Amino acid sequence: MSVEARSTEPAALPDRRPVLLSLNDAARVHGEGTAVPVRALNGVSLEVRVGELVAVMGPSGSGKSTLLHLAGGLDTPTSGDVVVDGVSIAGLSVKARAALRRRSVGYVFQDLNLVPALTAAENVMLPRELDGVGTRQARLEAREALREVGVEDLFDRFPEEMSGGQQQRVAIARALVGPRRLVLADEPTGALDSLTGEAIMKVLRARVDEGAAGLLVTHDAQHAAWADRVVFLRDGKMVESAAGSRIS
Amino acid sequence: MSVRQSLLAILSEGSQYGYQLRHEFEVRTGRTWPINIGQVYTTLNRLVRDGLVEEAERGEDGSVNYRLTYSGREEVERWWGTPVDRQAPNRDEVAIKVALAATAPGVDAFAVIHRQKAETLRVLQGYTKEKRSLPDPVQGDALARQLVLDHLIFVAEAEARWLDLVEQRLRAR
Ligand SMILES: Nc1ncnc2c1ncn2[C@@H]1O[C@H](COP(=O)(O)OP(=O)(O)OP(=O)(O)O)[C@@H](O)[C@H]1O
Ligand SMILES: [Mg+2]
Repeated sequence: MSVEARSTEPAALPDRRPVLLSLNDAARVHGEGTAVPVRALNGVSLEVRVGELVAVMGPSGSGKSTLLHLAGGLDTPTSGDVVVDGVSIAGLSVKARAALRRRSVGYVFQDLNLVPALTAAENVMLPRELDGVGTRQARLEAREALREVGVEDLFDRFPEEMSGGQQQRVAIARALVGPRRLVLADEPTGALDSLTGEAIMKVLRARVDEGAAGLLVTHDAQHAAWADRVVFLRDGKMVESAAGSRIS
Repeated sequence: MSVRQSLLAILSEGSQYGYQLRHEFEVRTGRTWPINIGQVYTTLNRLVRDGLVEEAERGEDGSVNYRLTYSGREEVERWWGTPVDRQAPNRDEVAIKVALAATAPGVDAFAVIHRQKAETLRVLQGYTKEKRSLPDPVQGDALARQLVLDHLIFVAEAEARWLDLVEQRLRAR
């Protein structure tokens, strides 16, 4: 496994793994030019490489979701730049951003965002079908993704027929389905018991170890501890970075 | 206290020599808290003195096989049957240090908190890494270590969470 291989390298060697996500002095100001502009994110620089899982922690309102929105191309920075898989999102059209998101980004939303009119399977299939994958193949992948997060039996259920934790796992399956290389998860373990939360972290970690890059927002230090690095936000700024040693 | 009770509990499963007891204690607690053989014999001598343990037989080399007495068995039942006393909190150096730092003149409490949190997260990362390396599914001796690791993780998590809260409280002043 690549993780094992890395542990034998001296820490001083430059990291040659490709950078999949980089934020360069990225800022997001809401209501710019109004009387009370909100600096949701204030000049954050961050790189996430292939094989790397980075946790983002910080108090409520510190800009964690904003950071993820920018990283996932759901929103654009008001200054600075965000580069996903080699593509700078600042200059992209809305359509091009949507295509980039579909192709490269798996996103677990803080509010889950499952489509109420679709079953668990259909929710997971949706991004794949938009990618042009055939229905049969998408169904197979959806079954596998749901199995990975332990809710295969919910295949034909609608979101309103599931518990919060079950919906959460379906949302994670939707983010992990297909070959997406950047996984962004906003509090993915929020509504889960400890054992299920741990199972989700295993799945996320495995996906990253297989060659994805991950950014994980969490309030739980024990989930952040699955990451290689933890960065802290306060008032839209990155204030420190801890547990910096790479997990080997 | 915990070593005494643990040795009694292990002896309730059958008689043991001192070195066996030590080995059993260490393996069954995930090798988290090593004890030296001297500590085992000191504890056994006290247990014999208190009438909870007695010599079952003595080997030719002089090593003693110990077993529980009737009172020892009662003591074990009492241990399983009552919760561990949490009334008197352990003196925790982190809690004491941070509480003092909050009001100490000339001390940057936030720096103290940040350094501590980085350390707590570093330790948490180490436990998590070890947990990830346990065999899957977890079997045999590894189960004890997994359970103890889970405990250490929750304690570290609680400490990290508490340090966050302290920081927020101090900022709100
Ligand atoms: N559309 C918006 N318009 C104005 N302000 C916004 C908007 N979206 C977010 N904000 C503000 O930006 C700041 C950062 O919000 P964000 O959602 O990134 O916080 P967060 O760290 O994810 O918090 P939480 O832990 O509560 O999810 C907050 O002060 C929030 O009120
Ligand atoms: Mg948020």
